[in-house]
Amino acid sequence: MEKSILSLLIFLPVLGAIIMLPVSKYIKIPNVIKYIALGTTGLQLLLAGWLYMNFDASLSVMESPFTIQVEWIKHFNIEYFIGIDGLSIPMVLLTALLSFVCILASWNIDKKILGYFSLFLLLDAGMMGVFLSLDFFLFYIFWEVMLLPMYFLIGIWGGPQRHYAAIKFFLYTLFGSLFMLLAMIGLYYFTIPFNDGIGTFNLIKLIELAPQIDAQLWGYNVQWLLWISLFIGFAIKVPIFPFHTWLPLAHVEAPTAISVILAGVLLKMGTYGLLRISYPLLPGEVVAFAYTLAILGVINILWGALNAIAQIDMKKMVAYSSVSHMGYVLLGMAAVVSPSAAGAEAGMNGAVMQMFNHGTITAMLFLLVGVLYDQTHHRWIVYPENHDNQDLAGKLGFGGLASQMPIYSACVALAFFAGLGLPALSGFISEALCFIGGFSAFKLLTVIGTLGILLNAIYFLRAYQRVFLGPLNKAYEKLEDINTRELATVVPIAFLVLLFGVYPKPLVDMVSSAISSLISIIQGAI
Amino acid sequence: MNNLSSISYFLPEFLIIITSLFVIVFDLVSLKKSNDILIGLGLACIAFLLYQLPKNGGEIFHGMLINDSFSYYFKWLILISTTSIIIVSKYSKELDLEYKTEFNALILFVLLGMFLMTNSIDLLMIYLSIELVSIPSYILAGILKNDKKSNEASLKYVIFGSFASGLMLFGLSWLYGISGSTNIYDIYQSIAMIDNPYMIYMSLMLILIGFGYKISMAPLHYWTPDVYEGSPTIVTAFFSVAPKVAGFAILIRTFFIVFTGSNSLVVDAIPLDGINWTLIIAVLSAVTMSIGNLLALKQDNVKRMLAYSTISHVGFMLMAFSTASIDGIIGIMFYLTLYMFMNLSAFFIVIHVENNFNAENIDQWGGMGYKSPVLAIFMLLSLVSLAGLPPTSGFVGKVYLFRTLFATEQFYWLGIIAILNSVISLYYYFKIVKSMYFDESDIKEEENTPLPLYLIIILFSSQNILFYMYWSPLYNYITSLFR
Repeated sequence: MEKSILSLLIFLPVLGAIIMLPVSKYIKIPNVIKYIALGTTGLQLLLAGWLYMNFDASLSVMESPFTIQVEWIKHFNIEYFIGIDGLSIPMVLLTALLSFVCILASWNIDKKILGYFSLFLLLDAGMMGVFLSLDFFLFYIFWEVMLLPMYFLIGIWGGPQRHYAAIKFFLYTLFGSLFMLLAMIGLYYFTIPFNDGIGTFNLIKLIELAPQIDAQLWGYNVQWLLWISLFIGFAIKVPIFPFHTWLPLAHVEAPTAISVILAGVLLKMGTYGLLRISYPLLPGEVVAFAYTLAILGVINILWGALNAIAQIDMKKMVAYSSVSHMGYVLLGMAAVVSPSAAGAEAGMNGAVMQMFNHGTITAMLFLLVGVLYDQTHHRWIVYPENHDNQDLAGKLGFGGLASQMPIYSACVALAFFAGLGLPALSGFISEALCFIGGFSAFKLLTVIGTLGILLNAIYFLRAYQRVFLGPLNKAYEKLEDINTRELATVVPIAFLVLLFGVYPKPLVDMVSSAISSLISIIQGAI
Repeated sequence: MNNLSSISYFLPEFLIIITSLFVIVFDLVSLKKSNDILIGLGLACIAFLLYQLPKNGGEIFHGMLINDSFSYYFKWLILISTTSIIIVSKYSKELDLEYKTEFNALILFVLLGMFLMTNSIDLLMIYLSIELVSIPSYILAGILKNDKKSNEASLKYVIFGSFASGLMLFGLSWLYGISGSTNIYDIYQSIAMIDNPYMIYMSLMLILIGFGYKISMAPLHYWTPDVYEGSPTIVTAFFSVAPKVAGFAILIRTFFIVFTGSNSLVVDAIPLDGINWTLIIAVLSAVTMSIGNLLALKQDNVKRMLAYSTISHVGFMLMAFSTASIDGIIGIMFYLTLYMFMNLSAFFIVIHVENNFNAENIDQWGGMGYKSPVLAIFMLLSLVSLAGLPPTSGFVGKVYLFRTLFATEQFYWLGIIAILNSVISLYYYFKIVKSMYFDESDIKEEENTPLPLYLIIILFSSQNILFYMYWSPLYNYITSLFR
């Protein structure tokens, strides 16, 4: 069990997708495909839960009983090397949870069901693979494998501009990941002299080898070039300003469940990649780049928030809030170079916790926007001036829904408050830690960054007021409140948001030992 | 080795000649129906003879040809692709039944020429073998005699081809003039003593024109789109793979032996003193892949688009060639193998679609993903593979091309250009994918796929996954040829 659980986590969804093909043809039970998908992801969630119960944060990856290292391609020294540590376990849990929830949220997909759910499961496998891989080649393969299902999921089941959104997402991400590919091959060849003439993709081994690279290329330090290529790859995924323009489009056009996955899991891959690969392998460059990273983080916070304020489409607003929230992660990550040990620890812990918490909060936001959209088929906070129906142009899209949909409104209130970082909800703790860390290293920048909290409050509260408060819009007197299935998608996430808001210890315990070893690597390079 | 004892190393080629002649004779004596059996038998025997051929036979026919493991491998690639073309041609509706015999005979002539291209080591043989491939190819391009486009393709091909081979002949005569020999190993001996690099540059560039035209390297690619569009699709499929394979074989062998200081294909080569041809190849590689990709973006015709994509793939392979290393050659051979399968499977599906839905343009592919789901998935695999993305073997091939730059520590800038090109190429390959899956179509037409065509498509497409999951055996086999 211990040896096979990680492989099971990755390949269970693939198995589910394969089983679907014959089943859809020969077994004529309604919704059988959806139940298979639900069962697969449910089982995956249980396995992830079991993994969490048996996870010992004090062990390093190499000591962990779950790690598997098998030779795959001998002459190129590629290994099937997967393992789990404090950095990856929150992401694995998040992926398993959101995949399960998203299958539930996709229950009313009625177009090309087989295609949708099998692609979704492949996507799930790819995500798991990224978070579990410890071999760079394997990591890259899983990273790219996700693109194809995502392209189809946006392009076939998305909104009106889906074709453009799909190809834009694909091209952007591919552009970044191909630079990552160059960096990967570069790391392999430039470390050969330090490893007895054998190249390696083993990320654990590379932690020792990569910092020894001292070659020059075109007058630049090779380490610096490697860092930049890796950074382009990850920055597009995060997305870091100015690479963020694919995000609002893709998030808005994607179906609800896919938006949840995009915002909840895929964005985290960018920061996870930075922490898993760039940070330990190139600590010298991290130190040199930290200030820039912090500036980019602050730009992300402010730029995302300002854009969100300007949005009149609820989903687009949520999408831009993601850009803003990922900025906190970057600021916290940059704080690793802080002169005070406590500051560095706060920043890094905050960053990893924010990755998890933003995943849950934004998932909730997208799910809830989707619930409203399913009933009303629009999500305008305010109708745009050039709306087809000139009577509606410039008027409020909704209004007073709180009296019509009390439970739903309460859920949205919780999600919005979590999004703007209200104390006692999980977002507050991680954002505060990011700022504490950031302040210990970059005083002025962090002060400017805190403006983001204010801006976040503006758009969330204003949107809430416009949609839910005030007199009930007559057009929506027949709206029904959130139903049980939809509630079932939101409640587990809301529970985690509340839990980690008042009792973040389980989360901190999971990540802290991996974080502190990462910090000591970076601090050693200052 | 003298002529008589050489023959035992020449049996596959010998059998090709006999088979092609018999094909024509059978046609004349009204045995048309037995032609299929004859060709099948012939190809099977050729394959068997090739299999039992010693891998390192050495020079034959007084140093005209050489049998080594390098040519052995290329011959297999050529034989496999040609055989599949002959089988699929049976099911192409485009080819008029009347010309089937001519088609088969011509293909066999080209096959002979390509075999000779892989093992020529004499300037005369190099020229003759290229012409033996070119001249039947001109006819093949124009085999639809009542089709205007096909005629145009043939004419353009003839004019361009004779121009290029004329220049190449001039280059070869320079080479003979400065060295006094036609055997490339002898040329290598004397060329190292010549201290005037311009004379060598002159012949090198002219020869490169001849080879470059064969593999459609920029700026000699102009014929490719027109010829590919005008020729019947089955001929286009043939042109896009087999002559490219043979062209790379002759390019690699000639350049490695004549213009480097190594005299052999088994060790890493260093360009001759003062002759920096690797840089020329690197620049041409960048130009080739960029031109191929940028022009492919605008195409609506599937065949024309695949023609440009072929050009860009040639650019990618030239990238590995520009490193002048064994790693590079292995990378090219590895990539050519994968490229052969993925490109042919894409073309065969195009043929199937043309047969059934009469679709030539990309927008006519609308909804193919729902009309014929199985083939559409194979097409998707092939296109993803051509674009070089996981989970397909095209990705693996591309990694091996990239890695030669790092392994030999040169031309890193070329890697960045190649990466930008990969991103561009995704866009146009996915125009087809978009059309297949995102556009709805309510045209329901009876679909009729002959079983052999189906099997070949499945066989060739499944390698996209197989060699992605585990490519060690193939790579190790190619590496073992160089020991």
